Amino acid sequence: MKLFSLDALKRSTGVFAIKGGIHPETRKYLTAERPVEKMPVPSILRVPLQQHIGAQAEPLVKRDDRVLKGQLIGQARGPVSANVHAPTSGRVLAVGMFAAPHPSGLPVMTVTIRPDGRDEWGPRLKRLRPEEATPDEIAERVLEAGIVGMGGATFPSAVKLGLGRKYDLHTLVINAAECEPYLTCDDRLLRERGEEVVDGIAMMARALGVGRVIVAIEANKPKAIAEMRRYIFAAAPEASVVAVPTLYPMGSEKHLVRTVLGLETPARALTAELGVIVHNAATAHAVHKAVRYGEPLVSRFLTVSGRGVAEPKNLEVMIGTPVSEILDFCGGLKGEPDRLLLGGPMMGMPIRSVRVPVIKGTNGVLALERSETRPEQSMPCIRCAGCVTVCPCGLTPLELQARIGAEDLEGAVDIGLMDCVACGSCSYVCPSNIPLVQSFNYAKGKLAAQQSQKHQQEETKRLAEARTAREEAVAAAKRAAMEKHKAMQAAKKKAAEEKKRKEAEAAAAAAAAEPGPAGEAPAVPPERDGPAGSKEAAE
Amino acid sequence: MIAAIASMSALGLGLGVVLGVAARKFHVETPPIVDEIEEALPGTNCGQCSFPGCRGAAEAVAGGTAPVTLCPPGGRETAMKLAGIMGVDCGGGADAGGFVEQEPVVAFIFEDHCTGCTKCFKRCPTDAIIGAAKQIHTVVNDACIGCEACVEVCPTEAIILRGKPRSLRNWHWPKPDAYDPAA
Repeated sequence: MKLFSLDALKRSTGVFAIKGGIHPETRKYLTAERPVEKMPVPSILRVPLQQHIGAQAEPLVKRDDRVLKGQLIGQARGPVSANVHAPTSGRVLAVGMFAAPHPSGLPVMTVTIRPDGRDEWGPRLKRLRPEEATPDEIAERVLEAGIVGMGGATFPSAVKLGLGRKYDLHTLVINAAECEPYLTCDDRLLRERGEEVVDGIAMMARALGVGRVIVAIEANKPKAIAEMRRYIFAAAPEASVVAVPTLYPMGSEKHLVRTVLGLETPARALTAELGVIVHNAATAHAVHKAVRYGEPLVSRFLTVSGRGVAEPKNLEVMIGTPVSEILDFCGGLKGEPDRLLLGGPMMGMPIRSVRVPVIKGTNGVLALERSETRPEQSMPCIRCAGCVTVCPCGLTPLELQARIGAEDLEGAVDIGLMDCVACGSCSYVCPSNIPLVQSFNYAKGKLAAQQSQKHQQEETKRLAEARTAREEAVAAAKRAAMEKHKAMQAAKKKAAEEKKRKEAEAAAAAAAAEPGPAGEAPAVPPERDGPAGSKEAAE
Repeated sequence: MIAAIASMSALGLGLGVVLGVAARKFHVETPPIVDEIEEALPGTNCGQCSFPGCRGAAEAVAGGTAPVTLCPPGGRETAMKLAGIMGVDCGGGADAGGFVEQEPVVAFIFEDHCTGCTKCFKRCPTDAIIGAAKQIHTVVNDACIGCEACVEVCPTEAIILRGKPRSLRNWHWPKPDAYDPAA
């Protein structure tokens, strides 16, 4: 990139340059020419209720319930959350914790469904005529259909479609760069369902209220570019398909916006602040199905690839299909793979078990052999600065690594740790195999944990203070009650004395008036009063 | 009897006046640093540092009789803050003077053994235990500071401390192995 000036690049290809980036071997030839096959209904489906960023969905079914395809089984909770629907008809075997498709293998709330094989649709969502629907109606349908960002980030799409109210938007960029090696499912989607994707894009543009649409596709997918150019006119008044350079990480939101529009997104800001919204091509297809046909998001396209898989394929699978069944459908594994990943090889998540399901954001299942991975033994940093050259965010990974190695996380934040997009380019080029991006992920996680711990400490402090205040209040109330009691007793005693005195006076007066044995009689009542008073005092 | 009452009252009054005057006359200002340190401490008075509450710990730190790393629930964060206040070096960012960062622990109640005696939740400094008389108690993990106060009072030894349960929310990647010349 550096050979050309920015202007020269702009004139020749219509795009702007980004800094850094790498050219990994794409290995897309394994699946690029294989049409998408629809996988038959699997023997079991495990649908996690947390497949998105945000709050977990609330389960709406219980054990032994019969569910129909497209039935709502998890209700979104809170402003950032997503609905979950049954991918096929069948019986609910369990609603409980099951290993999540996540590197930790920790459990997540999951609805397990035994399909009955009939694949029977329940009542669908109300259809909309997108030409007449208001933007809010489209956003609401997207919300009901449980659509999330299908490029892997899984951010609820309805929230992003509602940003038009908050920001002054002008452009919708459709991310079909698919810069991760191996993955070809977006490529196949555009080639096979181009018209449907464009329909979805038009609805999104309408929901956002933007007049300009740019579909960005990496130049190594000429057929997808040609197919999209055939249909794109229908998307928006000003719609175009841009071939962006084949460069990893072109699919990163901010880098894509920089490439097609020349706009630099400030650190830790949203592209929406520049008036640009980025959506994935697969998300556009899901929007098309939800709005046009009332079908919620229950299946997706994904690529099964890697040299460890007997027959690499592009598949349409139901959400919740176990990885083991997907691999079996592709002829099984050729042996013990060196690494099993969900997603791409650069940013995908290693998984520990093949029993975990695929979810809305899973765009690939990769079984990599030893020849496709790299040795894990790392060597000392030789300060070649290869990582600095390739970092698309303009960071100095070697310095970040040194600071994180010394546990100086604040120091790492000072030199831009939070601007790292975790693309892994630095780890890819490092001649010493230093786990750079892995360290950055650790540091970010650790900082988040520290932040939450700090928050928790403040909360416990508040709790402790509340408890102390409560105990003091109780003690004060007790003291007050005791004093009141004492005061009452004193008053009583005084009253009794007064009475006694008066009676004595009366008796004395009587005795004075009528001297005789009757003078002894008044002495009795005070004595009767006395014990009663002392009894009260004892209480 | 009157003589006794009069003499005791006189004695009480006299000593009271003496104490009152002494309190005014010999009043010692608490050093502001103690307040500052107390502010930095978690304030839960859990007693894990073996000082009587956070105030006692603050005084000990200010007096130099306790290290800045005395507070287990506060962790490294608090140690660094105290070091800043005290102006001492606790080893910089790397290890805070050999302060071993412990895995956070929380109390856990074996429900089979719990008799619902309410002793533990009366002791809990952060109200992290919920329950009622003759009802099984349970611990709110987010509010528990792992101070052991409840473990000591449980008559059936139904409470243990265990590592905070890991969930998808609090999980993060472990630190990758750095280059080890010995390996």
